[in-house]
Amino acid sequence: MACGALHATCNKTGAIKAETMNNLNLAPLYPEIFLVVATSVILLIDMFLSDARRNLTYLLSLGALAVCAALTLVDFNHGATQYTFGNMFVSDPMSNLLKLFSYLAVGLTLIYSRQYTTDRNMVTVNTGGEFYVLALFSLVGQMVMLSANNFLIIYLGLELMSLSLYALVALRRDHTASTEAAMKYFILGALASGFLLYGISMLYGATGSLDLAEVARITASGTVNRMVLVFGVVFVVAGLAFKLGAAPFHMWVPDVYQGAPTSVTLLLGGAPKLAAFAICMRLLVEGLWTLAVDWQQMLTVMAVVSMAIGNITAIAQTNLKRMLAYSTISQMGFMLLGLLSGVYAGSDANAAANAYSSSMFYAITYVLTTLGTFGVIMLLSRAGFEADNLDDFKGLNQRSPWFAAVMMVLLLSLAGVPPMMGFYAKLAVLQSVVSAGMLWLAIVAVLFSLVGAYYYLRIIKLMYFDDATDTNRIVANGDMRIALSLNGAAVVVLGLLPGPLMAACGAAILRTLAS
Amino acid sequence: MMQSTLPLLSLAIWLPILSGLLVLALGNDNKPGASRMLALLGAVISFLPTLAIVAGFDNAAHGMQFVERAAWIKTFNIFYALGIDGISLWFVPLTAFITIIVVIAGWQVIEKKVSQYMGAFLILSGAMIGVFCALDGLLFYVFFEATLIPMFIIIGVWGGSNRMYAAVKFFLYTFLGSLLMLVAIIYLYFKAGNSFDILAWHALPLPLAVQIPIFLAFMMAFAVKVPMWPVHTWLPDAHVEAPTGGSVVLAAIMLKLGGYGFLRFSLPVTPDASHYLAPLVMSLSLIAVIYIGLVAMVQADMKKLVAYSSIAHMGFVTLGCFLFNDMGAQGAIMQMISHGFVSGAMFLCIGVLYDRMHTRQIAEYGGVVNTMPRFAAFFVLFSLANAGLPATSGFIGEFMVILASVQFNFWIGVLAGTALILGAAYSLWLVKRVVFGNIGNKHVAELQDLSGREFMMLGVLAIAVIVMGVYPAPIGDTLQTSVTDLLKHVAVSKVP
Repeated sequence: MACGALHATCNKTGAIKAETMNNLNLAPLYPEIFLVVATSVILLIDMFLSDARRNLTYLLSLGALAVCAALTLVDFNHGATQYTFGNMFVSDPMSNLLKLFSYLAVGLTLIYSRQYTTDRNMVTVNTGGEFYVLALFSLVGQMVMLSANNFLIIYLGLELMSLSLYALVALRRDHTASTEAAMKYFILGALASGFLLYGISMLYGATGSLDLAEVARITASGTVNRMVLVFGVVFVVAGLAFKLGAAPFHMWVPDVYQGAPTSVTLLLGGAPKLAAFAICMRLLVEGLWTLAVDWQQMLTVMAVVSMAIGNITAIAQTNLKRMLAYSTISQMGFMLLGLLSGVYAGSDANAAANAYSSSMFYAITYVLTTLGTFGVIMLLSRAGFEADNLDDFKGLNQRSPWFAAVMMVLLLSLAGVPPMMGFYAKLAVLQSVVSAGMLWLAIVAVLFSLVGAYYYLRIIKLMYFDDATDTNRIVANGDMRIALSLNGAAVVVLGLLPGPLMAACGAAILRTLAS
Repeated sequence: MMQSTLPLLSLAIWLPILSGLLVLALGNDNKPGASRMLALLGAVISFLPTLAIVAGFDNAAHGMQFVERAAWIKTFNIFYALGIDGISLWFVPLTAFITIIVVIAGWQVIEKKVSQYMGAFLILSGAMIGVFCALDGLLFYVFFEATLIPMFIIIGVWGGSNRMYAAVKFFLYTFLGSLLMLVAIIYLYFKAGNSFDILAWHALPLPLAVQIPIFLAFMMAFAVKVPMWPVHTWLPDAHVEAPTGGSVVLAAIMLKLGGYGFLRFSLPVTPDASHYLAPLVMSLSLIAVIYIGLVAMVQADMKKLVAYSSIAHMGFVTLGCFLFNDMGAQGAIMQMISHGFVSGAMFLCIGVLYDRMHTRQIAEYGGVVNTMPRFAAFFVLFSLANAGLPATSGFIGEFMVILASVQFNFWIGVLAGTALILGAAYSLWLVKRVVFGNIGNKHVAELQDLSGREFMMLGVLAIAVIVMGVYPAPIGDTLQTSVTDLLKHVAVSKVP
């Protein structure tokens, strides 16, 4: 029953472009190439900068992101699907759209964290501007993941991203919590990579190919041992779940979110979710759609368990970063709902595309909202003080009505209250779940949303109803204030007018399925 | 017929929201006066298009009027579709009117964060008008939910001592109900061939087995809002803790969102389930009328007493909706409009007393008439209207619903009729204990009578209550066509 929905993908093998290694088309790769070069140059320049002039690294990094965005935008406007490096690398609207949001996410993170990292001696003589360089390298990894069309390239991108992030989490060497978080993240992350690699090796063993389209074709032909494939899928899904932070593979999320410096938490909680979504799409939907029945069951269980564990455990948290970590787990569960409901949709390719695009819209919404919430945490933090306890948000409305309003908008968006963006994301996902005929799952999802609403409301309650205990003035740079305000405004504006972005996601997914 | 070319409904919705945002943007806590003036100006300007809507409404026309329709989210076929008929017509000016009253009521009393207070009420007003005008299921849901946010803030920031509990309870209760409604809305979207159009849903054939769960999901949302027994418990808490303005809006408008929802969704979308489950709704309504009426009688806190009386009165509304005859449905709508004025006025009166004495305990009062004669006159008038005295607006709706229920079944009529006795009992006893008798204590002896601002506010409401009581025909005329059409529609089975 699953095959019908994805018949479109079957055509893929036919669409492989005739291209030899001698005749490489590098155009789709320009953003990645540029970013690698730019990051290396920034690393070099940074070596010769004194602490006082470290801002140059910051500006150069933002500039590099802007150029990347321009390059990707050119590709995105083409709207074509281009393969290169012997089909290992693909540039299609989905990867380009997600890349644009990844740049945005990393850029905003850098803006939010400039003061924060300076205050915490994360960009001093000892470490130099490594924070920026590592952030950009992890972005390169994500870009590779977004565009990978081959098991090995996926793995390559994943490792580039993860290694940079491990180092980033450990950037505050003198800080116990950070070091502990880095250790946990590294061990569990390496384990997850191992899972993924093991699964990939099984799939490779069974199909004899690393190319996603080729794997899809061979698995569909029914000539391979299904048992081996299913084992492979189980390991691949487990590895992906680790990266997404979906229960029951979520153990690292709260500790790492809480322990890592907030700027790094944002680097690993923001843009990487987009990359994780993309590899889910490529691996599961494009590569392994014949096994959809198998991975769909796993995703269903993971989605329900994630929503349950995430939402219920979040209630008991007193640390905001930890609470948001649990909220992430539940949000990822919700996002999985969209992915898994593409399968039931039967013969209707449009319904399947709707389901995947709802999931994509959900991921983008989640990233935009998360950026803002962690941005507010960094806004309230200052040298020697982390505003990551719930009580630090008491009376924020008295201290800064504007940023209290921004935070409220973001939290309501996470809770899925209209007219914020998060509502439409939830709506789109619920719609695809209902369309797939899983009414019970939709009801479970809304009931857990209700539980979720409680702890988001609790923060609004602290900000608005309680008196401030911390009366220090909020100091923040102009660029941060503007970026954070725009971030909050975007969540409302995209809530009032979500149409264009939804349409873009839908078009991108349709294109990916049809390629 | 003088349909204007201006998008009047959009103006009615967005003018208050924009002026609310303006008040928030320009508000300065050091200069509250400016915020108040700006808010009043915004509220009055927002009231004007609603008057034009009433003036331009065509009583005889069938279907929706002032229709606006524009594509909103193309991916899901969602439209920004607005329109009103006789059922929704009066709620629009009522909401805008009550907003003006609320702004005036908060004039001196609210000293903390004035601009946020005024801004919240203006935005709330626009969102509530949006609920009454939406013709797209999702647009309806968005407005329906958006009302929660400002109300949550209003109760939580400017409320009484236990405000946080009340605010969170209010939010979660209503959120639960509406989430289930959301699932039903999405389900209907697919059943109707990817359409959120409410009017298309009206025409959609559905088997009874499908209608019943949809009906129950909608009922969860609306019953919590109305509120019906046994999901009413958030209301007394919310009322007691909310600031006066919050209580007024809650009782006068927000509860009507539920009653309106029954008429707009439950009855026409799932008529067979409505008939099938009508005994359930009627029983719950009668319990609300009688049991909650008795509960109201024993309250020691004035606001709680009026809150419970609101629940009892709304019991009449749900009863009237499910009698399936003209008189009942019209009575229900009349009752909602009248209750908007009367309950609003009652909460304002209590607010007037509370501002002076800082207590709402009935026992702390007594003999208020001696020191506040003008106030006492208003208080007696509104209490009698609350009890359903003829020649006040409170009488019309209750009387129509009772008549309709006698038509339907004599014994249901008798049970509903007891409400008049209970209403008279708790209202008059409240008046006796608070207003009449000897001066209870020295605080009462020092009370000042109404200020000009308070007099004007209560005076306008008093005129509304009496005019509607004496001459309800204009309102009745506008209802006639729409209610008849609705009942004709509901009488036909939709089971394919």
